[in-house]
Amino acid sequence: MDDLRGIERAIEMQETKIAAKGVDVFYGDTHAIKDVNVEIAEKTVTAFIGPSGCGKSTFLRCLNRMNDTIDVARVSGSIMLDGEDIYDPKVDPVQLRAKVGMVFQKPNPFPKSIYDNIAYGPRIHGLASGKAELDEIVEKSLRRGAIWEEVKDRLDQPGTGLSGGQQQRLCIARAIATEPEVLLMDEPCSALDPIATAQVEELIDELRQNYSVVIVTHSMQQAARVSQKTAFFHLGDLVEFGETATIFTNPVDSRTESYITGRIG
Amino acid sequence: MAIWLLVLIVLAMGFAGFVLGRKRALNAVGGNIRNLHSLPSYYGQTVFIFAIVPAFLLMICWLILEPFYIESRVSGMIDPTEIADGSSTSLVMSDVRRISSGLDTAVDRGVLREGDLDGMRNDLDTLRARLGDVGVAVGSDIKQSVFLAAQEYRSIGATLRGVMSGVVLLLSIAAAAWAFLRLTPEFRARNVTEAAIKVLLILASSVAVMTTIGIVMSLIFETSNFFKMYPLSEFLFSTTWNPQFRGGSDLGILPLLWGTLYVSFVALLVAVPVGLFSAIYLAEYATKRVRTFAKPVIEILAGIPTIVYGLFALITVGPLLRDYFAQPLGLGASSSSVMTAGLVMGIMLIPFVSSLSDDIINAVPQSMRDGSYGLGATQSETVRQVIIPAALPGIIGAILLAASRAIGETMIVVLGAGAAAKLSLNPFEAMTTITVKIVSQLTGDTEFASPETLVAFALGLSLFVVTLGLNVLALWIVRRYREQYE
Ligand SMILES: Nc1ncnc2c1ncn2[C@@H]1O[C@H](COP(=O)(O)OP(=O)(O)O)[C@@H](O)[C@H]1O
Ligand SMILES: [Mg+2]
Repeated sequence: MDDLRGIERAIEMQETKIAAKGVDVFYGDTHAIKDVNVEIAEKTVTAFIGPSGCGKSTFLRCLNRMNDTIDVARVSGSIMLDGEDIYDPKVDPVQLRAKVGMVFQKPNPFPKSIYDNIAYGPRIHGLASGKAELDEIVEKSLRRGAIWEEVKDRLDQPGTGLSGGQQQRLCIARAIATEPEVLLMDEPCSALDPIATAQVEELIDELRQNYSVVIVTHSMQQAARVSQKTAFFHLGDLVEFGETATIFTNPVDSRTESYITGRIG
Repeated sequence: MAIWLLVLIVLAMGFAGFVLGRKRALNAVGGNIRNLHSLPSYYGQTVFIFAIVPAFLLMICWLILEPFYIESRVSGMIDPTEIADGSSTSLVMSDVRRISSGLDTAVDRGVLREGDLDGMRNDLDTLRARLGDVGVAVGSDIKQSVFLAAQEYRSIGATLRGVMSGVVLLLSIAAAAWAFLRLTPEFRARNVTEAAIKVLLILASSVAVMTTIGIVMSLIFETSNFFKMYPLSEFLFSTTWNPQFRGGSDLGILPLLWGTLYVSFVALLVAVPVGLFSAIYLAEYATKRVRTFAKPVIEILAGIPTIVYGLFALITVGPLLRDYFAQPLGLGASSSSVMTAGLVMGIMLIPFVSSLSDDIINAVPQSMRDGSYGLGATQSETVRQVIIPAALPGIIGAILLAASRAIGETMIVVLGAGAAAKLSLNPFEAMTTITVKIVSQLTGDTEFASPETLVAFALGLSLFVVTLGLNVLALWIVRRYREQYE
């Protein structure tokens, strides 16, 4: 039990990065997210778990306003990033998304070279003042994405030619390249084989040094392995939120317990 | 027996075979379908197929070969010395065919009686008048030998037709009976149907392939006739196009090719940006409601017949361009011009480019857009840097398709571009295209076997080669991009 207490202390020390209060999301008439309150801490991996269709992706997409790109989606409530409401009319969602990066379920490299994939964000946001600096950003991002060694000799080849696991790490590196403060990951390993999954999980653990990471996963083992905090969603409600260790060993709500023991799927 | 009656009888036998075959299969297992290899109706289908397919095949072959056989029998009756100057055996034979079919019609309608025909051999003027009554005009006087040949033609035809009916019916019955007797519960009737369907599909696609080959072959054949009369190098490299009625024409393709390419270029200059941008708007920016309204409206443009565009070019666009651009700028006084035809053709191609590009852009996976937006890109950055590159092979394909339509377009250029074959850079001058000249050379008064007419086939073949080249290029580009991105 000693090591668990160690994690608890580590978490308590982190400040809140994102605070969501009373968030509701509607798709037309469907009430997909119901009055969710959650606080996401800095330099922490937070996992969202729950049966499929319960609204994990929907809520994740609220955090960088990706729901804006869906015509029928409507979001209400407040989501504060560093104390600033991201749904405030003054906030430019495009700028916000550079700060809150996102990695998707299916690896989605652009049909461009590996180099251009990584350089895409920095170029758009003008993060590099010259070719040399851009090269540096690309290398740094690929190293952080734990894929540099595998691709350093073929940066000019298409990113779509990599294997699934490599593609997903490329996408993570691509998200890192814009220097986000938060990284959202929507089931990043669901299209990967076990070895690639292990690589990505290891990477997530390293990313915790610099970013706050929110990961949606349908695998409870994965949530237990990589996260410090876990939120359990069910039918649009946030049922339980707390330390990962507590949720998995000692859940308060009976629905959480049923899900974790495999009775709700 | 009339052909349609024969077809009906064979079909009826087929259906009878279906019922019998199905019943035989059911009886063989005492009504227990599980003991059959296939469902009962498949056994019926087997008999049906055997009853009709060989019979119809035989009938088709017979009908194709019959004329050749009769012709070879009849043509011996024409005395070669009787063939007039400037005529030939084949022309006389076509008279024979026409008179014999005219006689058939006349007898059918009761204008002439079968028994009287033989007596009429000495009264051919009356015969000619009678044939005129049923709408068969015979050019020159009917010679007796021709009349006799026509009569022979009819009699051989009637005999052969009777023989064919008998043989076809026999074959149908024999094949159906053969199949029927082989039906046992283990018989794989399902596979027979499967094979028959496959053959049907192969036949359909070979019809398409064969017609293409046939058309190209006939083009090549006539073109080679043309080059026997006119030198290839002149045709390809001469810069003048000046056909004369009395021979000595200059038939250089270059001015026509230039006009074609110039008009097509102007058309693409209009159609590609407008079509592509409207496709991008509709696919990426427009709300659902705008899209459901705007897409059909744009596609209506594609349904307008090109002759209507031609009128629009002739009456509206041409004079407008002349009065407000060409004359004030001192570039010419012609209302038909490359610009007129190009602009209007460009408008015609807009829906073509836009609906193809729209489909292609929609086919770019949503995950590409998500990825780009997720990195903080704006909509136009996403379109420019992710969507267009991803859709590029398809878009290039669409543009090249539009180009080959532009090159082959006829009505708009006939009415909009003019008829003067010229090599000029001034877009406000009248020029002409390959298609326009094909029309005018074939509708002219010159003899068919003259280079002035046959050049139309050489032009057609050149057009075909150009569009084929474009399509091959399109495929090549698409494949290169595929390799790069997949
Ligand atoms: N684009 C959309 N339009 C309409 N309804 C949606 C859309 N996306 C998700 N939903 C609905 O919202 C609910 C939550 O979906 P989602 O957030 O994808 O669940 P999860 O990621 O937990 O599996 C589901 O009922 C789903 O049908
Ligand atoms: Mg999901």
